[in-house]
Amino acid sequence: MLAFVVQRLIQAIMVMVSVAFIAFLLFQYVGDPVLFMLGQDATADQIAALRKDLGLDQPFIVQFGHFLWNAVQGEFGISLRQGAKVSQLIANRFPATLELAVIAAGMALLLGIPMGVYAALRRGTLPSQLLMTFSLLGVSLPTFLIGILLILFFAVLLGWLPSFGRGDVVKIGWWSTGLLTVKGWQHIVLPALTLTVFQLTLIMRLVRAEMLEVLRTDYIKFARARGLSNRAIHFGHALKNTLVPVMTITGLQLGGLIAFAIITETVFQWPGMGLLFIQAVTFADVPVMAAYLCLIALIFVVINLTVDLLYFAVDPRLRVGKAGGH
Amino acid sequence: MLAKLAAIEANSHKKDSDGMSNPISRWLNSDVGYSFRQSKTAMVAAFIAVVFIFCAVFAKWVAPYNPFDAASLELMDSRLPPAWSAEGSTKYLLGTDDQGRDILSALMYGTRISLVVGMASVMLSLVVGVSLGLIAGFRGGWLDAFLMRLCDVMLSFPAILVALLIAGVGRAVFPDADDSLAFGVLIISISLTGWVQYARTVRGTTLVERNKEYVQAARVTGVAPLRIMLRHVLPNVLGPVTVLATIQVASAIITEATLSFLGVGVPPTSPSLGTLIRIGNDFLFSGEWWITIFPGLTLVLIALSVNLLGDWLRDALNPRLR
Amino acid sequence: MSLLEVKNLVVEFPSRHGTLRALDEISFDIAPGEILGVVGESGAGKSLTGASIIGLLEPPGRIASGQILLEGQRIDNLNNDQMRSIRGRKIGAIFQDPLTSLNPLYSVGKQLTETIQAHLPVSDQEARQRAIGLLQDTGIPAAAERIDHYPHQFSGGMRQRVVIALALAAEPQLIVADEPTTALDVSIQAQIISLLKNVCKKRGAAVMLITHDMGVIAETCDRVAVMYAGRIAEIGPVHQVINHPEHPYTAGLMASIPDMDIDRERLNQIDGAMPRLNAIPKGCAFNPRCPQVFDRCLQERPDLAAVARSGQNTPTQVACWLHHANTLEGVS
Repeated sequence: MLAFVVQRLIQAIMVMVSVAFIAFLLFQYVGDPVLFMLGQDATADQIAALRKDLGLDQPFIVQFGHFLWNAVQGEFGISLRQGAKVSQLIANRFPATLELAVIAAGMALLLGIPMGVYAALRRGTLPSQLLMTFSLLGVSLPTFLIGILLILFFAVLLGWLPSFGRGDVVKIGWWSTGLLTVKGWQHIVLPALTLTVFQLTLIMRLVRAEMLEVLRTDYIKFARARGLSNRAIHFGHALKNTLVPVMTITGLQLGGLIAFAIITETVFQWPGMGLLFIQAVTFADVPVMAAYLCLIALIFVVINLTVDLLYFAVDPRLRVGKAGGH
Repeated sequence: MLAKLAAIEANSHKKDSDGMSNPISRWLNSDVGYSFRQSKTAMVAAFIAVVFIFCAVFAKWVAPYNPFDAASLELMDSRLPPAWSAEGSTKYLLGTDDQGRDILSALMYGTRISLVVGMASVMLSLVVGVSLGLIAGFRGGWLDAFLMRLCDVMLSFPAILVALLIAGVGRAVFPDADDSLAFGVLIISISLTGWVQYARTVRGTTLVERNKEYVQAARVTGVAPLRIMLRHVLPNVLGPVTVLATIQVASAIITEATLSFLGVGVPPTSPSLGTLIRIGNDFLFSGEWWITIFPGLTLVLIALSVNLLGDWLRDALNPRLR
Repeated sequence: MSLLEVKNLVVEFPSRHGTLRALDEISFDIAPGEILGVVGESGAGKSLTGASIIGLLEPPGRIASGQILLEGQRIDNLNNDQMRSIRGRKIGAIFQDPLTSLNPLYSVGKQLTETIQAHLPVSDQEARQRAIGLLQDTGIPAAAERIDHYPHQFSGGMRQRVVIALALAAEPQLIVADEPTTALDVSIQAQIISLLKNVCKKRGAAVMLITHDMGVIAETCDRVAVMYAGRIAEIGPVHQVINHPEHPYTAGLMASIPDMDIDRERLNQIDGAMPRLNAIPKGCAFNPRCPQVFDRCLQERPDLAAVARSGQNTPTQVACWLHHANTLEGVS
């Protein structure tokens, strides 16, 4: 068990270092790193001083080391576009994205899993076919189009819900939350819905496919041959075996949530990290791009690690070793 | 001995041999063709896809106007609603945008761009993925292990993110890029995550086939590994690869549309469906919904029909579901 | 009275190429406590027979006609809910692969107690005690500890013992064992087979042992049915069928078993192969390969009929015109 965790940690660190390396290349060679650190309004003296400080004639590995050291502390210089510290910008935007992502992920799981189970158990019936058609639509509709359609319907035509921004937020220490105000909730509904659709269809299809596979296994057949009730077979045996791989794949798919958040935030002008990133890409704002890259890699690595540990906890084949006897 | 080898080789090909001469009638009578004729949705989806492809390929001749020829635009005709509403006219069946471009024609030209980019990226992913899979499966060893690790890592990064990053880096590195470079970067960025699925599938099949006796027999008699791979592994892998490619075309088209919508996709001189949606988005609040909705509908229809075909194909090729 | 009676059972598979008859009017019965072997080549229909009896025939396969009676009551026309109360409680089943027969995520004890409590009104405590008892009966050492272990912690032979314990958990009167030893090491096979025999005899359970291994049949069974192309060719007491086979197919099977004491250049074989379901010949299914074929075999399909021989308490039944001809002409 310990060996497993250590191995995973080492892999995680290697991935982080590789990503940091790419970010470093971006930072160092695409544009002027000194300008990135000081901002566009720096004076000639400041630039000269920092250039000497950074020792740009120093060996590559030392410069990488500097970058890593800064990165670990969250120091990525100054945004070309906004003129503010990158770390500050990201810290401001982080809560917005996180709240959106968590609500969307929650909805996707709460709705997607039961829908998938239903579609598998009642295969061939009208409701399950409707569900599958809906899921096909979900995969064929790009996220931004869903957002636009929702805006068209609920904001323009019906005027029920707002179509951009976050509404009223409450600051708790460093965190700003929109979940404590009515306006905040009103604003989060449409973006969260948009973000959920893709995840939901993915989870539903996955659960359905896995469950159908599990229902075909020998141990389910044997359970039936032993006269166990449908409830015990479907929800005791089949569901548990279905959820184990579903859980791991879903965890890995959470990355998709972060990516699609970029799109959703753009459509709804939601002030999160995604919107920041898009603006950075359009503007070729390298410090922000580099920082976002590292942060995303960190989030991914943490998610992957958690998923691996979860798998470990749930599957007895990994937990307990093999014993002998014949 | 050689005769026996030839017999084994012949047996290994999993093809349906009804002894019919015409390849089309052979296909229609095969299990896949039968499944196609049974499935109404597959036939409808195929029909829709063909219509779109036709419009895209022959846009120049089929479209009523060329919307990107600035000289032919009449600003007086801008912002007209579709032909069936009060202020519309039959000259512009689906209405016009703010510059007087005919939406219907813009749709056809846009579809063309979307389809070209989508298919090109899938082709690229396919070629790269299948080759790498073959090599990894056949060679094995550290190359295989490295490739699989790479696949694992790449799979956890969503396509959009990678594409955005590449696009961003491209812009920073080549700020004054010309159009063909922009297209190139776009296609590469979309295919960068696609190849992984092909590589894995092909590698799996290669590993299985590699251990079969007829392959070992072929190696013993000195047949070159490349020939073995091409003749024996490839036909067995064709089914799953085709399903993958079909489904990926849909997602490639959507990815391209998303990137163009976000402003980092195709260059503005050759607008794709995504670009059109983006342009139209600005007019949503003033009530001119057709500028955005029609390109949106087109996009959905294309993706839907391709996905339906892919789904049907996967079920048709899966012997366990019959 | 027989425990199980199968009368003219027909099982069909509708397919794109037409309807295939996988079982063509099978009839046999099993007495309480007896062990009936069902032997035949792959594709002869042995497993299908077992599946039909427990009501787990996979669609599109279905019972087209015929009857299956358990203790005189029809069970082939019951719906799934009714069948469920019979499965496990009256009829148990064992499948081929012990590795995949057990749910890897649940402990062996949980799977046992779940089965026991699904059929018998006992408390958790008592169910656990019974489970431990079952494990001990099937020869699992340190049962009280190993009851909480997971399937992957047992070796192949041990797992099959667990499977047997599970099949017996609700105390059924009949066990359908579908190739229970095929997936095991040869050295373990003998142990498992004798375990099955002993534990069933002890509980008075009858066994329908499906296998393609004649040796297992010889060791274990009271009677044996030989299946060919979805039909029963011969059925009778084990030593009779093995030592004095009446059907040419059975004779061919017996002759093809190599004898260690005789030197041979070539192994005996029956020429040809069992026909595919959509290409069963008219008349007797075996006629293309039969060394003793004559006209009637090509025209009419023979029914099972007893062949009277002196010294036999229970005559062998055989579906072959050779013997009908004999009995008709009064030759014994």
